[in-house]
Amino acid sequence: MNKYTEDDLREELKTKEYEYGFYTDIKSDTFPIGLNEDIVKAISLKKEEPQWMTDWRLEAFKAWKEMTEPEWANVHYAKPDFQAISYYSAPNSKPKYNSLDEVDPELLATFAKLGISLDEQKKLSNVAMDVVVDSVSVATTFKKTLGEKGIIFMSISEAIKEHPELVKKYIGTVVPQKDNFYAALNSAVFSDGSFCYIPKGVHCPMELSTYFRINQAGTGQFERTLVIADEGSYVSYLEGCTAPSRDENQLHAAVVELIALDNAEIKYSTVQNWYPGNAEGKGGVYNFVTKRGLCETNAKISWTQVETGSAVTWKYPSCVLKGDNSVGEFYSIAVTNNYQQADTGTKMIHLGKNTKSTIISKGISAGKSQNSYRGLVKISPNADNARNFSQCDSLLMGNDCGAHTFPYIEAKNKSARIEHEATTSKIGEDQIFYCNQRGISTEKAIALIVNGFSKDVLNKLPMEFAVEAQKLLEISLEGSVG
Amino acid sequence: MLKIKNLHASVEDKSILKGINLEIKPGEVHAIMGPNGSGKSTLASVIAGKEDYEVTDGDIFFEGQDINELAAEERAHKGIFLSFQYPVEIPGVSVTNFMKTAINETRKAKGLEDMPAKDMLKLIREKAELLEIDRKFLSRSLNEGFSGGEKKRNEIFQMAMLEPKLAILDETDSGLDIDALRIVANGVNKLKSKDNAVLVITHYQRLLDYIVPDFVHVLYKGRIVKSGTKELAHELEEKGYDWIKEEVNA
Repeated sequence: MNKYTEDDLREELKTKEYEYGFYTDIKSDTFPIGLNEDIVKAISLKKEEPQWMTDWRLEAFKAWKEMTEPEWANVHYAKPDFQAISYYSAPNSKPKYNSLDEVDPELLATFAKLGISLDEQKKLSNVAMDVVVDSVSVATTFKKTLGEKGIIFMSISEAIKEHPELVKKYIGTVVPQKDNFYAALNSAVFSDGSFCYIPKGVHCPMELSTYFRINQAGTGQFERTLVIADEGSYVSYLEGCTAPSRDENQLHAAVVELIALDNAEIKYSTVQNWYPGNAEGKGGVYNFVTKRGLCETNAKISWTQVETGSAVTWKYPSCVLKGDNSVGEFYSIAVTNNYQQADTGTKMIHLGKNTKSTIISKGISAGKSQNSYRGLVKISPNADNARNFSQCDSLLMGNDCGAHTFPYIEAKNKSARIEHEATTSKIGEDQIFYCNQRGISTEKAIALIVNGFSKDVLNKLPMEFAVEAQKLLEISLEGSVG
Repeated sequence: MLKIKNLHASVEDKSILKGINLEIKPGEVHAIMGPNGSGKSTLASVIAGKEDYEVTDGDIFFEGQDINELAAEERAHKGIFLSFQYPVEIPGVSVTNFMKTAINETRKAKGLEDMPAKDMLKLIREKAELLEIDRKFLSRSLNEGFSGGEKKRNEIFQMAMLEPKLAILDETDSGLDIDALRIVANGVNKLKSKDNAVLVITHYQRLLDYIVPDFVHVLYKGRIVKSGTKELAHELEEKGYDWIKEEVNA
């Protein structure tokens, strides 16, 4: 008889191998390891950047040298040796393509394995893709359609050349170079990333999508994303990623800055599936990301994230609610399995009057993993009638994992209304048996229960992303049964 | 349909069932009664394949096949249904979604395609009507915040949807007021046919006023100590279980 016990569950969860663990052999142009001023200059030179950008990077590098790695998060890991990383790696194939036929067939095969065939994406899903493989954008689609609306969607390297006035005006305004250790590092060495500008009053007609991928052994990935929604505009931006199996730890320190001007709205959705390490906790990506958005008057920013990957995650997509009546939202599902550690949450900084924020966080822990929610709700003295609602739910699978909640509240205005709810539950053998009795296998039952638990957040994702996210949840949590 | 021979089962090395013999044929309704702790719910769980219980001796045949090695879901696919005494809650999973998953998983096991959405909708509509279930109920999270009556009615709704060959009703009457009891029992009666069978497990006789059994068995200390017709249930109602205990212990 197929007995199902806690031990079996744990065993099953342990043995699920990383589905996207493969390595694509694309010739790369990789810098020697190590970091110093020359490397920073070389990156800038390689990317043919203007002097102001080089200076900006150097300024960040100087600040970074004086900073120390933060240690307050509830994660434990071997500190990366920043001198043992190569800071630049670019696929050595043709830099730009007009059509997919010109793209390296190996690369296309990689996409096929990931189930994100560009061809299909182009035809079916109406999603414009800016694909980042090892630091340099190799394919951009739908640029033309977007161009007709005046929407700029390109790699940040291109934007630095083609729209320097916009980049110069906004880069570092939400996440300054010196914001934190990893943000400073990113500012100094960022290789590439995406840039998006939606003009005044324009409703972006399609979801903008970027797939990130770490591909070169020993290469750190430092993405920089800048999204600007001008007055009265709207954009929905999707970011997703997978990474191949790797034994050594890979560092990923991205910075994402969102700027929503008056009456603008930005929806930013992420599905994160970096390699989490194997069942013994070996390998896996370190994901230290700084994501922050600024809302002007009546503006709204929604962060939705599904985090299933990475060995260590340190990530707090935040909203600075500067303008009156602005709205910040954070919807998160964080899954940890085996030895994964996640310390993630959000910061909602209420500066303007009548500002509103909502936080829904769902943490799912399995194996020997540790899953922490860390959130700050800050109401400044001028933020009259600010409101926040936070809900943090944790779901535990097995007895060796941990769920932690660290809510911080700083209210300096008496009219503030702040609500916080938290629950912790465990997938019970009774629930599994109930499903089994109705003909549902244990594997499917876990998926069903987890999806039910995550529903409030999954519902916030755009349709095509929600399907992928559900699939990822299943991959991350199920055993190799059947 | 169901043939149980000399069944012994234990949980955590504690022997609970000590030699059960029972045969149920299509079209029959059997009732198992007995005092608390006699092993009634254990029997239900063992037939359904709950992993906590270990069968130490004997056999369970379902439609001629020894099912002892089958997982709970495989038994479900064969047409065994258990209406739970305490149905569990699954937050965020609607009754509809749960039923859709259950039906399609069962179809998959039989090598069939998923049921087309149109057919599923029709089936849901039909069965909800049969059991006088409000459609709004179907969009609620499974058993979450359900009253005792709603939970039991939901169990019978699931039974209607899955159309099992053998339905085991474990203490379906517990926690129900008389109106809810009547609705649930009516549902079961509507689903009864010459091809399926029902095994009612109950402590009290009152449910048997509505779901009338062809056979009544008394379970005591892990054995069926007495079998009879529905009259036996009335006798138990009148006299309690003490006389049975005395008979056995004598």
